[in-house]
Amino acid sequence: MIQIEKLRKVYRDRGRAVTAVDDVDLTVADGEVFGVLGRSGAGKSTLLRCVNLLERPDSGRVTVAGQDLLALSGGELRRARQRIGMIHQHFGLLSSRTVAGNVAFPLEVMGVPRAERGERVAELLDLVGLADHAGAHPAQISGGQKQRVGIARALAGRPKVLLSDEATSALDPETTASILALLRDLNRRLGLTVLLITHEMEVVKRICDSVAIMRDGRITEAGPVRDLLTAPGSELARDLFPLPAHAPRPGSTVVDVTFEGDSADRPFVSALAREFGIDVNILGGAVEEVGGARVGRLRVELPGGPEENAARLAHLRAQGLTVEVAP
Amino acid sequence: MTWDEIWPLLRTATGETLYMTGASAALAGVLGLLLGVLLVLSDRGGLLPAPALNKGLGFVVNIGRSLPYLILMVALIPFTRFVAGSSYGNTAMIVPLTVGAAPFYARLVETALREVDPGVVAAARAMGASRRELVVKVLLREARPGLVAGLTVTVIALLGYTAMAGTVGAGGLGYLAISYGYERFETKVMVATVVVLIVLVQLVQMVGDLVTRRLTHK
Ligand SMILES: Nc1ncnc2c1ncn2[C@@H]1O[C@H](COP(=O)(O)OP(=O)(O)O)[C@@H](O)[C@H]1O
Ligand SMILES: [Mg+2]
Repeated sequence: MIQIEKLRKVYRDRGRAVTAVDDVDLTVADGEVFGVLGRSGAGKSTLLRCVNLLERPDSGRVTVAGQDLLALSGGELRRARQRIGMIHQHFGLLSSRTVAGNVAFPLEVMGVPRAERGERVAELLDLVGLADHAGAHPAQISGGQKQRVGIARALAGRPKVLLSDEATSALDPETTASILALLRDLNRRLGLTVLLITHEMEVVKRICDSVAIMRDGRITEAGPVRDLLTAPGSELARDLFPLPAHAPRPGSTVVDVTFEGDSADRPFVSALAREFGIDVNILGGAVEEVGGARVGRLRVELPGGPEENAARLAHLRAQGLTVEVAP
Repeated sequence: MTWDEIWPLLRTATGETLYMTGASAALAGVLGLLLGVLLVLSDRGGLLPAPALNKGLGFVVNIGRSLPYLILMVALIPFTRFVAGSSYGNTAMIVPLTVGAAPFYARLVETALREVDPGVVAAARAMGASRRELVVKVLLREARPGLVAGLTVTVIALLGYTAMAGTVGAGGLGYLAISYGYERFETKVMVATVVVLIVLVQLVQMVGDLVTRRLTHK
């Protein structure tokens, strides 16, 4: 649905150049929620703004719904943008218009006749649960409600794609949860493809099917969230399950075991201890709910060196667990 | 002079002041709005960047703002004669008043437009709005309270400028105050013009504030 190839964006300012996006490739599949996770300044907003060409990349290609955006004329690009929804961290609502007026704005831009606008606005406000606030001004409603207006407005052109720039970063945790639930619901019900950027792991955990990690303008890791969490050496897993550093004592081996789905429900530690007649020392661990399923990582210490543990690790792997020997 | 003699003078002078102020405020309003929008659009990082035009406009606007009104008015006499056919009288006076107030209002318009949240403009761009829509439906619309507040300040400044109209043979309250109140020691006339001017300024400010408040949804 969205294809980004060799994208590069350099900001030049009085002789200084900042490479905000550095040779990024990214593919967002039809109907998925794709998150780009990274710290502030990593280049996430720039990347996202290149998807609807709010920023013009220096080089690369951007294809949305099969359309090569960089090849479009001004008018064609405006029409393409009408079919790409976008929501913003600080909402970007017109303070001079009511809630209904804000949702009507994109309809006016699209040239929808006045007579049809009212009905469509009501439908959109209903979709986001704001039918009662049509006449309020943005200053009179809460942050969560403002973002709902932003979402209603973004959906006015019946887009296939929704871009979200830190849509929940200005909201409290409870409101964040409700907005994320709404996005997830729209994703499922309307088949909406969502490309979101965030610095919050919480967002990735709650709604992302796939994720890319961005640092200093580059994507360092990307793929389905489930795969990454169980992939050896994954940065995402390391960030999600911070485990205490622990140098193995001589004569013992420290391993990280990642479990998810069915394997999360089995008592594999005690089973291992029983099977091989050894003591297993638990050094640390965390269990998280990711995309509605339980995923966890445990750091354990097993007696003996690598040779003695080969069979034990194979035994764990045979149960569908991901096992990594700590360096 | 008796009040019976003063009243007709005062009424005529007030009418002349309102005429000069109203006409020049309308013209300076339109011109200043245009200039202000151009200044913002042509700015580096604006919607239609044109650095040379921006610098040129900024320079012209600053010239207009750096001359004391009295000097501007006198310097403009040839131009006024060219535009209005004569450099004397109330109508002729509208020319320098407009030229003096337009750059003043243009800067206020520029400030008001710059205060519009860039995030709102970006959001509208992302929705596919055209430049025209961005200017009319976003920038100007969102800046309305600031535009009206700026126009209020401009109208009050114009009321002050009209006091100097006598210098080029126009009438109005300022002329009345100088020619009767000052030169002929008619204290009553002086007091009356001052009172009328104060009332006018208060009225303009009150209406301006009221409209600004109506337009603000913060
Ligand atoms: N308009 C701009 N002009 C110059 N530099 C910019 C601009 N926007 C962003 N940058 C720089 O580009 C880098 C990436 O910024 P951004 O995309 O906003 O990151 P993020 O959204 O991940 O916080 C930062 O170093 C930032 O300072
Ligand atoms: Mg950002």
